[in-house]
Amino acid sequence: MTKIVKHATKDFNLASGKSISPLEIAYETYGKLNKDKTNAILICHALTGDQYASATNPITKKPGWWDILVGKGKPIDTDKYFIICSNVLGGCMGTTGPKSQNLITNEPYGLNFPVITISDMVKSQVLLLDHLEIPKVLTVIGGSMGGMQVLSWMSEYPDRIKSAIPIATAAYHTSQNIAFHEVGRQAVMADPEWHDGKYFEHNTSPEKGLSVARMTAHITYLSEIALQNKFGRNLQDRAKKTFSFDADFQVESYLRYQGVNFVKRFDANSYLFLTRAMDYFDLISENDGILANAFNNLNASVCVISFTGDWLFPSIESKKIVHALNSKGVDVSFIDIESNKGHDAFLMDEPAMFKTIRGFLEAQYVK
Amino acid sequence: MSNRFDFLIIEEMVELRSKVLDIGCDDGSLLKMLQDKKKVDVRGIELYSDRVNLCLEKGLPVVQGDANFDLEMYPDNSFDYVILSKTLQSVNRPRDILEQLLRIGKKAIVSIPNFGHWKVRLYLALNGQMPMTPSLPAKWYNTENIHLCTINDFLSLCDEINIKIIKSVALDKNGAQLNFANRIRSVNLIGEQAIFLLKKNND
Repeated sequence: MTKIVKHATKDFNLASGKSISPLEIAYETYGKLNKDKTNAILICHALTGDQYASATNPITKKPGWWDILVGKGKPIDTDKYFIICSNVLGGCMGTTGPKSQNLITNEPYGLNFPVITISDMVKSQVLLLDHLEIPKVLTVIGGSMGGMQVLSWMSEYPDRIKSAIPIATAAYHTSQNIAFHEVGRQAVMADPEWHDGKYFEHNTSPEKGLSVARMTAHITYLSEIALQNKFGRNLQDRAKKTFSFDADFQVESYLRYQGVNFVKRFDANSYLFLTRAMDYFDLISENDGILANAFNNLNASVCVISFTGDWLFPSIESKKIVHALNSKGVDVSFIDIESNKGHDAFLMDEPAMFKTIRGFLEAQYVK
Repeated sequence: MSNRFDFLIIEEMVELRSKVLDIGCDDGSLLKMLQDKKKVDVRGIELYSDRVNLCLEKGLPVVQGDANFDLEMYPDNSFDYVILSKTLQSVNRPRDILEQLLRIGKKAIVSIPNFGHWKVRLYLALNGQMPMTPSLPAKWYNTENIHLCTINDFLSLCDEINIKIIKSVALDKNGAQLNFANRIRSVNLIGEQAIFLLKKNND
């Protein structure tokens, strides 16, 4: 059952200078916190993830998005660790976001929701740890946008983490990645059902636009070879081409399915705000052009993980992070896992990654 | 690590509680030993991800990387010792790597298999083929050892690029130490491997 914590003090101040009130954070926990509070692990989810990292997602009825990694006897072992995963600020699964009620206007925020940053997300997670009375987590872990949050933890709250595992991520969003996000946002905004973000007033939602956004994004999460291996030029439930714009090819059908399913569970405005937060992420410019300065006060052990087939967050970006950590003498490990699954490898069955995470965590736990 | 006699020599060379980078750290055996016995603050670089995972399981901070390309990411003098054990012969540019070692480390420890060993010489002389010995078992076309050298070659390179040899130890096939001081010729003949403690000549 998702728990909700309400931020009691008046305003939750954001990087933009604006604030939100009230702030509610929806979160899940798995396992038990030990007496010394030394076994807590904070999982940060990616762009379209949620707090249901493990077990069955009660909404989709499918396994949690990281159930392959998190659970009894798994690398992030629920018998051993106390695992916390919260829906990000700006999300649409219970934490305050654009579809939440704005108390001033008595209607959902929509586009009146303030633009938020990765740093704001992390700040809200700090409140959650305070609420749970956990002074320091054993590790903070996440991939992609979750990895950005991990980097932000390392930079802004180094005393609250014993170790960190940023996966398939980067210290800034590249120009190409911003470009892809912009395509997605424009697709949403071009849908007449979007109504300038006020679709709730019209009892509708920009499903077509959001679906196209998801289809484009989904391609960037895979790889050419993964698509080729999975679908090739195979036709979908038909013997020959129909000479029409039907989804003749399996890959088309697959993408349409991804799009249609996504809109059932995701809020279009949330998608706009969260992609924006990723675009704004840049630990380099925030530290006067020197990434290493982001980690001046970091005393944690860090394990950076990348995948060779990830072209959205390529290994070179992880290496830049490792380089910066090295130059500050941080206790850093790095592994570039051989995989042709693309960016989404971090969500999939990657035994080498499981081994890395299990080994690193166990060593941190006994340390 | 049963026949890694060089590890014991390296351990003796490293001072207590110093900071060490091991390049090509394999499964982390040497680093673990230095951490346990000498309270060393250890770091490693290893090319292969499965070996990196073995290091992580031991709790050792190891970065997957290639000695040929990734040493540039380390700042000057960031380690007390940089170790390159039996790896110099397999890098693209041994001379550049040696210079990198002493840029990153205040001192460097380098161990090499000795291609001047009598068995190697005899193999080539008698068979007229590229030598293969128990410590150099691969064929010429599939060996990783692309820049093998003799102890003498190594000494001249150090001289040429102004590296000071603080200590040198050669080992025979049983791991017994050979007297280096005034018998270079014979050491180069019967030493199967050698370990050197190095620093920049101008320090």
